[in-house]
Amino acid sequence: MRVTVTVNGTTETHDVETRMLLVHYLREVRGLTGTNIGCDTTSCGACTVLLDGESVKSCTLLAVQADGGEITTIEGMAAPDGTLHPIQQAFHEHHGLQCGFCTPGMVMAVASLLKEHPDPTEAEVREGLEGNLCRCTGYHNIVQAVLAAAHSGELVP
Amino acid sequence: MIPASFEYRRAGSVEDALGWLAEDPDSTKLLAGGHSLLPLMKLRLATPGVLVDVGRVPGLSYVRDAGDHVAIGALTRHRDLEISEVARASVPLLAHVAGQVGDPQVRHRGTIGGSLAHGDPASDLPAAVLALDATMVADGPRGRREIAASDFFRGFLETALEPDEMLTEIRVRKAPSGWAFQKFNRRAQDWAIVGVAAVLDGEPRVALVNMGSTTVRARGTEEALAAGAEAADAAARAAEGLEPPSDLHASAEYRRHLATVLVRRALVEAAAARG
Ligand SMILES: Cc1cc2nc3c(=O)[nH]c(=O)nc-3n(C[C@H](O)[C@H](O)[C@H](O)COP(=O)(O)OP(=O)(O)OC[C@H]3O[C@@H](n4cnc5c(N)ncnc54)[C@H](O)[C@@H]3O)c2cc1C
Ligand code: FES
Ligand code: FES
Repeated sequence: MRVTVTVNGTTETHDVETRMLLVHYLREVRGLTGTNIGCDTTSCGACTVLLDGESVKSCTLLAVQADGGEITTIEGMAAPDGTLHPIQQAFHEHHGLQCGFCTPGMVMAVASLLKEHPDPTEAEVREGLEGNLCRCTGYHNIVQAVLAAAHSGELVP
Repeated sequence: MIPASFEYRRAGSVEDALGWLAEDPDSTKLLAGGHSLLPLMKLRLATPGVLVDVGRVPGLSYVRDAGDHVAIGALTRHRDLEISEVARASVPLLAHVAGQVGDPQVRHRGTIGGSLAHGDPASDLPAAVLALDATMVADGPRGRREIAASDFFRGFLETALEPDEMLTEIRVRKAPSGWAFQKFNRRAQDWAIVGVAAVLDGEPRVALVNMGSTTVRARGTEEALAAGAEAADAAARAAEGLEPPSDLHASAEYRRHLATVLVRRALVEAAAARG
């Protein structure tokens, strides 16, 4: 089936199998391997991307369901000149990652969370990231990074 | 994990969906949010030949004040129900429960219609609509019919919907106060080991998550409440006549005990909220 999807501002049309998962479409058809596959069972959040501005787990969507939609992946977060997005910058400054495997999904989940809760409490951050697992950090520095990003005044709602 | 091959059709209307379902109801499945069906298809526990995507059918995502009740479109996503002003004012139980489902990513995709039609005893929204005495509105080739929530949940992943019908609307009575929801799980994002939805406004209704092969009412507790029993005494009868499952999270015995504890908490909380 032909699908037309805008990913990080670039629109392309491809013929895909109806059963192709969105995460495989992003990684294999669009060549954007920043989005990771951790569990493949909708649990870990490593595959989180934005679909029309909202966080979704791309291992549990078909590419055909995203036809006509707008996707943002981790590759679409930094500015074209390489300047990190304020959320990425906050993860960097607050040591919100160790191995980095969960980070792309984590950053996309945070982008969606801060859109829904621009001024979150610590509890709201922890609850809001319950769909993303991190095996390294113990979450503390991720939460600090999110709070810092929220209060940086640099996020465009 | 990749699903087995299927033919994909995108419905533009309820009529499209019903027409395609009628062609071969047994091997055709509706796809709403896909957050119950796609995991099953990835595990090859479901292998529909045709998938009819109703996710974009316009006009089926709403939460409306309909006078004596609240009407909810079947394609309303959990997130939209969670933040709906109408739901928060008139059926706060439903808004609250929608916000307890899975995690934000799941709530951005999953729909109330999908959750109810799936008929999983571990799901939260079925217990909420059972406690709220909801009416399900289904459309099919034989026209439209209304099904009471207490007749809707039939067995494990089995509802009163025929294979050629589509759930289009859910109507719930208004219950602005006197409600409570208890969900017990061990990890964030998890399903309930046992859950309780209680509504004390009007005739007391108590529905249970994961206490049988389908969503069930705590009839013993309801009878006791109707006869004027105190919360603790009514809660002691929560598991009466029920056969909860045993699985790696909990034994049936543990669930029976947990149900009495959670029902007591729910009744106390609901009574306090009623003032
Ligand atoms: C990681 C994870 C965690 C979750 N945690 C919870 C939880 O804690 N509590 C909870 O309650 N749920 C939980 N869920 C399930 C979630 O709520 C699902 O979104 C919901 O059960 C199904 O809704 P859907 O729109 O995704 O349905 P789909 O997956 O699209 O469909 C489910 C079934 O219903 C049928 N169907 C869908 N819509 C209709 C309709 N309008 N008429 C007739 N048939 C229809 C489909 O054919 C299919 O058989 C979780 C899911 C995941 C992936
Ligand atoms: S890979 Fe999608 S949630 Fe883990
Ligand atoms: S940094 Fe390693 S999984 Fe999160």
